[in-house]
Amino acid sequence: MLKLPIYLDNNATTPVDPRVLQAMLPYFTDIFGNAASRNHPFGWKAEEGVDYAREQVANLIGASEKEIIFTSGATESNNLAIKGVYEMYAEKGNHIITLTTEHKAVLDTCKHLEKLGAEVTYLEVQSDGLLNLADLEAAIKPNTILVSVMFANNEIGVIQPIKEIAAIAHKHGALFHTDATQAVGKVNTDVNEYGIDLLSLTAHKMYGPKGIGALYVRRKNPRVKVTAQIDGGGHERGMRSGTLNVPGIVGFGKACELARLEMGQDAARLSIMRDRLENSLLELEESYLNGNKDHRLPHCTNISFKYVEGEGLMMGVKDIAVSSGSACTSASLEPSYVLKSLGLDDDLAHSSLRFGLSRFTTDEEIDFAINQTKEAVMKLREMSPLWEMFKEGIDLKAIAWAEH
Amino acid sequence: MAYSEKVIDHYSNPRNIGTLDKSKNNVGTGLVGAPECGDVMRLQIEVDEVSGTITDAKFKTFGCGSAIASSSLATEWLKGKSIDDALKIDNMDIVEELALPPVKIHCSVLAEDAIKAAINDYRAKNNLAPIEVHSL
Ligand SMILES: Cc1ncc(COP(=O)(O)O)c(C=O)c1O
Ligand code: FES
Repeated sequence: MLKLPIYLDNNATTPVDPRVLQAMLPYFTDIFGNAASRNHPFGWKAEEGVDYAREQVANLIGASEKEIIFTSGATESNNLAIKGVYEMYAEKGNHIITLTTEHKAVLDTCKHLEKLGAEVTYLEVQSDGLLNLADLEAAIKPNTILVSVMFANNEIGVIQPIKEIAAIAHKHGALFHTDATQAVGKVNTDVNEYGIDLLSLTAHKMYGPKGIGALYVRRKNPRVKVTAQIDGGGHERGMRSGTLNVPGIVGFGKACELARLEMGQDAARLSIMRDRLENSLLELEESYLNGNKDHRLPHCTNISFKYVEGEGLMMGVKDIAVSSGSACTSASLEPSYVLKSLGLDDDLAHSSLRFGLSRFTTDEEIDFAINQTKEAVMKLREMSPLWEMFKEGIDLKAIAWAEH
Repeated sequence: MAYSEKVIDHYSNPRNIGTLDKSKNNVGTGLVGAPECGDVMRLQIEVDEVSGTITDAKFKTFGCGSAIASSSLATEWLKGKSIDDALKIDNMDIVEELALPPVKIHCSVLAEDAIKAAINDYRAKNNLAPIEVHSL
């Protein structure tokens, strides 16, 4: 029996893998010590758990364990990376380059720094969501200290040309940070292969627990330093104080190990299911795929259904948990800024759905999602005056609408 | 967002979806809202010219569940009413009947505007002066 509602919002968060939970459980009870307690076995055992997890996390991204700083999640990692570099390299310059399609954790951090005197360039992306490398090249200046470009976008799944972006940043003596929250554990994110200096990741998008993440900070070629943003007991080599979330870290480590071992097979299976879902929905007239089709994550898709309103659509797909726009901003009626930066009109941006599959998604669930979505779109179009006008060949843009 | 049962009922079983012949002299059409704002409502009435009562009402709405429910409810209320009584339908009546939360009040305003726009269209076709519409 199919259990409803079906969860297809795995870009917002994933369930914890039962194997991850098993690994965590002892660390709440038997092995509850403070990893910073040096004087007794309770502390040593907790520290062992943390050390092992640090290796597991490092291994997934091709880093060494000394390059991993545990944080509360990708929001904090992004803050630490961008603010930390801005402060640490203040003498070198104050210019940061990023994208308009970044997550708010990057955009709002940059806005904050602008108030403190930073100069920030927000590059537009092309209509498929990809950065034009020539635009980046043109934006770099002598005072550019940091280029921060997300690995994969959270709304459309588009994967940026990371290797090329890193190379351009380095050619001009700038550091390269990537918010790889959506990509780590889903596709290869090897920091050396891609030339990444700082990388943000979080456990809860890869079958780990919420509230734990990490920042990778390169130690060699070049040695990168960030100024701590949270001061205190000097944990994490002084870069992030605070008693370590040992169960969370252990779970994060386990999730990374599972991802390293299973990422390939997961991606192969999920991309077949995703393509089936996507192709079925694109059979509907006037439905459009958002974002580049070739350079993207294997497990998600974002589709706009023209002449259907987004909130009404969400109500029609009541048995599938999906998101229209980013989960973080959907509280407002504003259309997704990411879709708008692809050049989509408001109406198309409003009527988009993002589907995110997980390791636990089944074919049966996909069948159900296809049917309910198609039915909702057809039903709403039946009710839509805009659909009727479109069918009659009326140009909607030529109508003098009474905006309010 | 949690929807009231009545909104869900109208959304799932909308009353009077459809299109009346807008070229007819006794049909009034109101088209309000804008696609950029995420809501467009078209409401039509057919009027018995002798008695001045509304004999039929149809709608089509592009909008959220509350907007669909507001217009569906409006067509139900309009049928059988005189034009004068139809003008008395206040958006707050719709809010109350559908238990709309504050953020959804504008959906009901849209329905009231659509009623008035349809009536004015009918009046214009019959050489009558328009009545004032508060929020168009
Ligand atoms: C691209 C991206 N960056 C950052 C975050 C924030 O991550 P966290 O919830 O771990 O703070 C998210 C999650 O919504 C995301 O998708
Ligand atoms: S019509 Fe705009 S939210 Fe209902």
